[in-house]
Amino acid sequence: MNIFIKSAFIENMVLAYFLGMCSYLAVSKSVNTAFGLGLAVIFVLGVTMPINWVINEYLLSENGLFGQDLTFLRFILFIAVIASMVQLVEMVVEKFSPALYSALGIFLPLITVNCAILGGSLFMVSREYNLSDSIAFGLGGGFGWFLAIIAIAAIREKIRYSNVPPALRGLGMAFILTGLMGIAFMSLMGIDPAALSGN
Amino acid sequence: MEEVKEPLFGKEEKKLITDPLNDNNPITVQVLGICSALAVTSLVYPSVVMAIAVVFVCGFSSLFTSLLRNAIPKQVRMIVQLVIIASLVTLVEMALKYFNYPVYKQLSVYIGLIITNCIVMGRLEAFAMANKPWRSFLDGLGNGIGYGAILIAVGFIREVFGKGSLFAGSPIEMKLIGSTPEYFINVAAESGWETWFSWYANNNLMVLPAAAMFIIGVMIWIQRSWNTKLVDIS
Repeated sequence: MNIFIKSAFIENMVLAYFLGMCSYLAVSKSVNTAFGLGLAVIFVLGVTMPINWVINEYLLSENGLFGQDLTFLRFILFIAVIASMVQLVEMVVEKFSPALYSALGIFLPLITVNCAILGGSLFMVSREYNLSDSIAFGLGGGFGWFLAIIAIAAIREKIRYSNVPPALRGLGMAFILTGLMGIAFMSLMGIDPAALSGN
Repeated sequence: MEEVKEPLFGKEEKKLITDPLNDNNPITVQVLGICSALAVTSLVYPSVVMAIAVVFVCGFSSLFTSLLRNAIPKQVRMIVQLVIIASLVTLVEMALKYFNYPVYKQLSVYIGLIITNCIVMGRLEAFAMANKPWRSFLDGLGNGIGYGAILIAVGFIREVFGKGSLFAGSPIEMKLIGSTPEYFINVAAESGWETWFSWYANNNLMVLPAAAMFIIGVMIWIQRSWNTKLVDIS
């Protein structure tokens, strides 16, 4: 629970580590598509994280299945897991929500190269999380990403009516907004997640 | 029938390198690849290392993908491309670990994240899958350089204003402005600079991640106000 709160709010993937910026900036023009993509990211992060944890722990590490240090294969294996998970999500979305599928268009396969996903897995390795930590981190990180993209999409929908200098319109404004949101999220940094969940 | 000989470095080829520097810059125009690298730009030195790594990966993954382009089946091309990129990144990671461990520690997961750097993938999809190896290689290099240039520029602004130093952590570290004697312009009361620079204090905002967003936002603003064909109409 600590890790969930920490990764969702205090160390928000987008606003503190710039992970997953590409699709974050490109898909945040309307709240609806942002919502769909956010859900997909939560799912993919939540599923790939434990799988990658198992792979890292039981296949690649020195006391794993092969008894050899195979960590140099980490990147390739992680990305393969992510790519196949994304394929799965794509098939599910296509089946159950064709409207969302066509709205997300190219960005669904692009979740594969959404840095938040691979970044999450790599953070998990470098911070030496255990299995339950990595599940919490996956879900929390996904939720944080979801929150951030919904927030920016809502602001961008509104800001269309404001008088922004033409050269700053669209992209430039999105960057500056993200910066401001980052500062706002930074005020959460003082929170001690252990105190919140009561342990 | 004689094949038309393509010049090794003609006008077209030159355009492939220079285009991404301004009109088609990966960061400010295509908005690709912001993900993995902004967090490393709080200092110049790691940004330079990151830029070199991206140029290398971008150029060579384009080259290899282009060489294999006729052998890659359409359905699995994503995975093939990812494997090419991932192996190159693994090489970079090992090299960096060997030659410069402190920077390797500092960049931590961001080296691995070059794999998911959309600019590499984007160039493979958009260019290398349909063009000859040499031109793809140039295209990859050009985009890597356009990307690296922005990284280094952002790193420069953030380090000078945020820390008062330049190239901190590298052999050619310079201390530009600060309040202790080892700085070039030192604003302690007994030094002569004090009268001019007494207002100076490190701008801590620049060290925060948010500053990178502001700087890029302003860069986009400047670029578009003088290159008006790039302005977003929507």
